[in-house]
Amino acid sequence: MSETPHEKVARLGRLRREGGVLHDYRAPRWDEPFIMEQGLPGERGVLVPLAEDDVTAAVGEAADYIPEGMRRGAAPDLPEMSQYQVLRHYLRYSQMTLGMDLGSDISEGTCTMKYSPKMHEELIRGHKSADVHPWQDEETMQGLLEIVYETGQYLKSISGMDAFTLQPGGGSHAVFTNACVMRRYFEAKGELDQRDEMITTIFSHPCDAATPMVAGFKVITVMPDENGYPDLEAFQAAVSEKTVGCMITNPEDTGIYNPQIDKYVEVLHDAGALAFTDQANANGILGYARARDAGFDACHFNLHKTFSSPHGCEGPATGAYLCTDELARYLPVPMVTRVGDAYHLDYDRPESIGRVRGFLGTWMGVIRAYAWIRNLGPEGLKEVAEISVLNNNYLDNLLMAVKGVSRPYAEGHRRLDQVRYSLEQLKEDTGVGTEALRDRMVDFGIQSFWMSHHPWVVPEPFTPEPCETYSKDDLDEWAAVIKKGSDEAYADAQFVLDSPHAQPIDQLRRIEAMEDPKEWAFTWRAYKKKILRRT
Amino acid sequence: MVRGALEGAAVKKLGLVVNPVAGVGGRVGLKGSDGPEVLRRALELGAVRDAPRRARLALERLARVREHIEIITWPVEMGEDEARAAGFEPSVLGSFSDRRSYVLCEAERTGGERPHIACEDFVQTTAADTEQAAHELLDAGVDLILFAGGDGTARNICDAVGQRVPVIGVPAGVKIHSAVYATTPAAAGDVAALFLHERPAAVRLREGEVMDIDEEAFRENRVSANLYGYLSVPYARGLTQSAKAGGVAGEERALNDVATEVIRDMSPGALYILGPGTTTRTIMTRLGLDKTLLGVDAVRDGALVGKDVTEGDLLRLLETHFEAHVVVTVIGGQGHILGRGNQQISPAVIRRVGTAGIIVIATQTKLLSLEGRPLLVDSGDPALDAELRGYAKVVTGLGERTMYKVGV
Ligand SMILES: Cc1ncc(COP(=O)(O)O)c(C=O)c1O
Repeated sequence: MSETPHEKVARLGRLRREGGVLHDYRAPRWDEPFIMEQGLPGERGVLVPLAEDDVTAAVGEAADYIPEGMRRGAAPDLPEMSQYQVLRHYLRYSQMTLGMDLGSDISEGTCTMKYSPKMHEELIRGHKSADVHPWQDEETMQGLLEIVYETGQYLKSISGMDAFTLQPGGGSHAVFTNACVMRRYFEAKGELDQRDEMITTIFSHPCDAATPMVAGFKVITVMPDENGYPDLEAFQAAVSEKTVGCMITNPEDTGIYNPQIDKYVEVLHDAGALAFTDQANANGILGYARARDAGFDACHFNLHKTFSSPHGCEGPATGAYLCTDELARYLPVPMVTRVGDAYHLDYDRPESIGRVRGFLGTWMGVIRAYAWIRNLGPEGLKEVAEISVLNNNYLDNLLMAVKGVSRPYAEGHRRLDQVRYSLEQLKEDTGVGTEALRDRMVDFGIQSFWMSHHPWVVPEPFTPEPCETYSKDDLDEWAAVIKKGSDEAYADAQFVLDSPHAQPIDQLRRIEAMEDPKEWAFTWRAYKKKILRRT
Repeated sequence: MVRGALEGAAVKKLGLVVNPVAGVGGRVGLKGSDGPEVLRRALELGAVRDAPRRARLALERLARVREHIEIITWPVEMGEDEARAAGFEPSVLGSFSDRRSYVLCEAERTGGERPHIACEDFVQTTAADTEQAAHELLDAGVDLILFAGGDGTARNICDAVGQRVPVIGVPAGVKIHSAVYATTPAAAGDVAALFLHERPAAVRLREGEVMDIDEEAFRENRVSANLYGYLSVPYARGLTQSAKAGGVAGEERALNDVATEVIRDMSPGALYILGPGTTTRTIMTRLGLDKTLLGVDAVRDGALVGKDVTEGDLLRLLETHFEAHVVVTVIGGQGHILGRGNQQISPAVIRRVGTAGIIVIATQTKLLSLEGRPLLVDSGDPALDAELRGYAKVVTGLGERTMYKVGV
């Protein structure tokens, strides 16, 4: 049989590899100053033409349109640069990152970094989407409302819930919305004075603890039992007449699916409390497990993650929140509804918690999710789950053969979409721990892996998640990089501890400074004040 | 340039003390190695001396910063041998005469009978040597003392140097109930390398409890444990303990949060009995009061009503207080919340307060450093211990509780 194009690329690639890794990878190294340090007075990138005299005569000066109190007294202190200098600056910076589409994102466990088809960008950048204005009448944006509404219907069947909102601007935001909905529910029942404790687990995402606290609750964390499940006895002991509910992930960060999750929900319901599950990363369960079937009252999905949009830094995120009819009356306004063939923005919901974000939230994420779901169909969604679980377990076999790697908890049980491994043995044997290995893997053009949320329950942790996107070659390469790092650690630990060797910047030598507000600077102004003034 | 300045170019001094017979009793089932009789019995039962090897494991990790540290130690197996084996050229203080062959010393002590030991003869050292060595290292101006031993060794060092110089322990004894050890010998080497040269700023000092467990009683399965004192212990991410909660700075914040939470929940007119420990001390500090670090204090409405109290004092105080709480934290490295260093909080006191009145506090890092092992209660009353068994809602932060298993 003749070689497929994919096989050919893989074969040619392998010729340049040793031990399955790109051994002579070199990242571009530009010694690029901050943009605020660049430029010359008077230099300009774009010269904006002044308005013609008759235009000014007719409508006045542009500056007059700005309310007095909002006008600057002095020009902002921005760098003055030509266009090509600005372009060059940012291209250099972008070359010095391991860009998303340049390699694989297997490293980013708990983030479900799958490939987002580029076709989706066409959909959201075309004039039909991009020109929509939040203040348009609803009759003039029926198409967009239909997409929001239909996406909501799909997510309802995927989760088994009755009602939805796609307004939250991120996963944590949807989780926060849940805390607010639960709060309103008990307020309406007159039980808010009695109930002020939310239960979560240590392996759930930190937002499941942080957001109920912002909503005014106390938070009780349950630790894992020997099998890595949340300790059911501890869970029972935590639940009382003070309990609001739970906010937990399943599978948790460990990748272990808790098959008894309905028991936990039952304990809550028996105490009159509510149950929410955080399904930000639903890759392992799509089409196989529905939150409603386990008894949950509410759940959420990150559309940026499971449903195509990339999980960026504060990026174009959408948290889809779903709940039962019982909680639906508290959902944020406006709700997108359908009457006959027309779609509406329904503000007439007196018990709503109110708005959580402007307009329809991040509707770009909704369009991507809509296209993704429509393209795959129900069978395709199940296949996504199957392939991501298969990919994860294939990778697991390779990683468990690497010296120094272990997989705490639930011996003999398979994980779903991700695994939290430990490098404790490697560290004990060689001094190379997870932070050092992270610094080494980028020398092979592979994104450094995600270790763990805080606190580290698993010592020296790392958490890969291959998703359905990646090919066998990608998985082989990823595992080979980990093996290479381990081999090197046992042969010459110092070399690994000094890495990276092929990257534009050196390792962070003072991580502790990032924990100290006196030492960090996130803006140029702060940098000038805290760092430059010192030297 | 920046790097040199940050990492400290000067050569740092590391003091090294090895107790070569630490841990000997454990291998043969004796609960400790204190006292010549126990040591002899252990050696005659075939015990091997493992502490020197453990010290070496730590020192091998330090080899990578060899040019930047100078080791100052005592002769032969009290440090010199181990340092040389790991490739260092140590400065050696003190001296031992030939007379200190263990076998000869034993023969002399027992009036002639030579012990039949399985290992080779070695230089006899005593607790007084450890103390003397620690004293001299302090005088020599060392930046850190690394010792290999157990709780007995830790006590000797505590007596000699207190908190005047940082100390890190290589766990090598039978009893390692104190909270002054790195998780493994290699980790002790790593934390020393970070502290002395690689990333001093990544390391903070914390007060680690030194425990005093009476071996005699321990061997008879009676535990009489006191909180003996504190050493100043360097503490780095993942090395002195198994987890990190937002780094070392985060740990101080977490401690403050725990204290704030307890104070916020205090009921007017109620008595609060605060057990020993640095976590409970934070509460007193925030109330503007002085804590008896090794003892129990009592407060009401933010004011001190009992300082360094006994069980009797507590029972008297409880007669006049309708509502009372006991605030305890993890003492030592084993996870005890009752029965170690806080025996004043006796079964009678707890009965009077009521088990629901017990408030357990600890940072999440501290809980995680138990690596899944339960919190322990050993109040002296088995029936009470059984009642306390189950789960505690440990106060771990502002508005935060962690369900944690309590065992016996
Ligand atoms: C399980 C889980 N829940 C919630 C979130 C929060 O999502 P976001 O980053 O959009 O706020 C994440 C994201 O990392 C997650 O993994």
